[in-house]
Amino acid sequence: MLFTNDKPIEEIIESLGDEKNIFLLACNGCAEACQTGGAEALSGMKAEMEKAGEKVTGTLLVDFLCNKVLVTSRLARQMDEINRADSILVLTCGIGVQAVAKVTDKVVHPAANTVSMGGLQGLWPAEERCEACGDCALDYTGGICPITSCAKSLLNGPCGGAQDKKCEVDPEKDCGWIKIYERLQKIGRLDNLRKLHTARDHSKMLPSSELRKTSFYDVEGEKE
Amino acid sequence: MKLAEAFKQGKFVITCEVGPPKGVEVEGLIEELQPLQAKVDAFNVTDLQSSVLRVGSMAVCRLLKDKGLEPIMQLTCRDRNRLGLQSDVLSAAVLGIENLLSLTGDHPKLGDHPQAMPVFDLDSVQLLAVVKGLMAGKDMAGNALEGRPPSFCLGAAVSPGSDPLEPQIIKMEKKVAAGAQFFQTQAIYEVDKFADFMKKTKHLNVPVMAGIVFLKSAGMAKFMNANIAGIHVPDEIINELAAAPKEKRVETSLAISARLIKEVKDLCQGVHLMTLGWEKHIPRVLELAGL
Repeated sequence: MLFTNDKPIEEIIESLGDEKNIFLLACNGCAEACQTGGAEALSGMKAEMEKAGEKVTGTLLVDFLCNKVLVTSRLARQMDEINRADSILVLTCGIGVQAVAKVTDKVVHPAANTVSMGGLQGLWPAEERCEACGDCALDYTGGICPITSCAKSLLNGPCGGAQDKKCEVDPEKDCGWIKIYERLQKIGRLDNLRKLHTARDHSKMLPSSELRKTSFYDVEGEKE
Repeated sequence: MKLAEAFKQGKFVITCEVGPPKGVEVEGLIEELQPLQAKVDAFNVTDLQSSVLRVGSMAVCRLLKDKGLEPIMQLTCRDRNRLGLQSDVLSAAVLGIENLLSLTGDHPKLGDHPQAMPVFDLDSVQLLAVVKGLMAGKDMAGNALEGRPPSFCLGAAVSPGSDPLEPQIIKMEKKVAAGAQFFQTQAIYEVDKFADFMKKTKHLNVPVMAGIVFLKSAGMAKFMNANIAGIHVPDEIINELAAAPKEKRVETSLAISARLIKEVKDLCQGVHLMTLGWEKHIPRVLELAGL
């Protein structure tokens, strides 16, 4: 199970910039358990968006947003609403946001920070796509994670070591930052790259005490 | 002396890369560099180049300084977290080092300790911003430094041969915004491409030093083409080297470097020489280049 925390609503609204039409997509898997996804969080976010003057073109709840095939088929049914939106706000973990970015050409915004894998995975059985950094940067990078797709986890662009668009560390692997660059170009958000991304706050990787209390040790530990 | 002064004087600035040895005998290296003092404005001392363990940059920088040679301390983000980096920046200031070059650094996997933990707590852009902060008397956490703050001329690197080039230029813009006062480039062999790069970065109004790597043989050129990102040695140069008779090979090689310097001279504000052990040939190359 992937543990997520809500991003502060001010940060989400700031990330939307001048976009006025938003499609809301929430996960009903792990994120539901963390209350960052699920029906309740989705209706709460809809109210927040409307309060902030955004128009919600549609909402959708998908059981596991980390399952690309499932996401593709569910999104297909609401394509009109998605096409009317400037972007998709995704209420789920880092893997879910990346799966959505992979199957659409829409701008995606994460609504949560992923803080821990908690010992069990969602449908996605590995950590190579999300390191649970606790400060999701997918908004800035067009839905491709710089922490996991760059061998050096750089936040301000490519190191210059890529050759034929492949990573200097592993020639089998695409350079994550060139992928991010091409994605941002495709969705018309190249200006994102011009922002100076300040250094990571590693203390954000620690799950909140609330999460630890309710989810971690009560499951694994002794009953009091 | 801060390198920015040399640019301000309108000088065509010459720097040279110095790789500290793998071992503690540094006397030979310093002796070899001494005669270059009159020709070379400053010496970049590498920080475990290619992620191979060597003597550190800071110590060699100080030894150069003691001999009257101006050092540029390279600082990579590969081996130290933000505490280590900030502390080393302060230590460098204490030792009288006035020029810093901020680099992300090669990944440890490429070096002789591939088992090492890669740090990369900061990247090259963030490191520039952090040093700028220290120079304003504040550490990264916002705490005030006691007494007078350190003062440096800050440099950075750029790779004009990158494909795609645009993200490199965007990153270069960020480096300027973060405090970079000059740039040294990856090796240049295609002057047209370099001219195009200089045109695309003209708006930044920052001195650029073209990287000149001495090509020792056709084999080395082919190796770099296959293995080093952002470098492409054109066939004509490879053929020129291959065709040179054995006794003329060194002179041909030096002539190629000199010709490249002449060709880039009017496009940029300086050259950064990477000789790979051929420091002794620098005077000859500069003479051939008319410098």
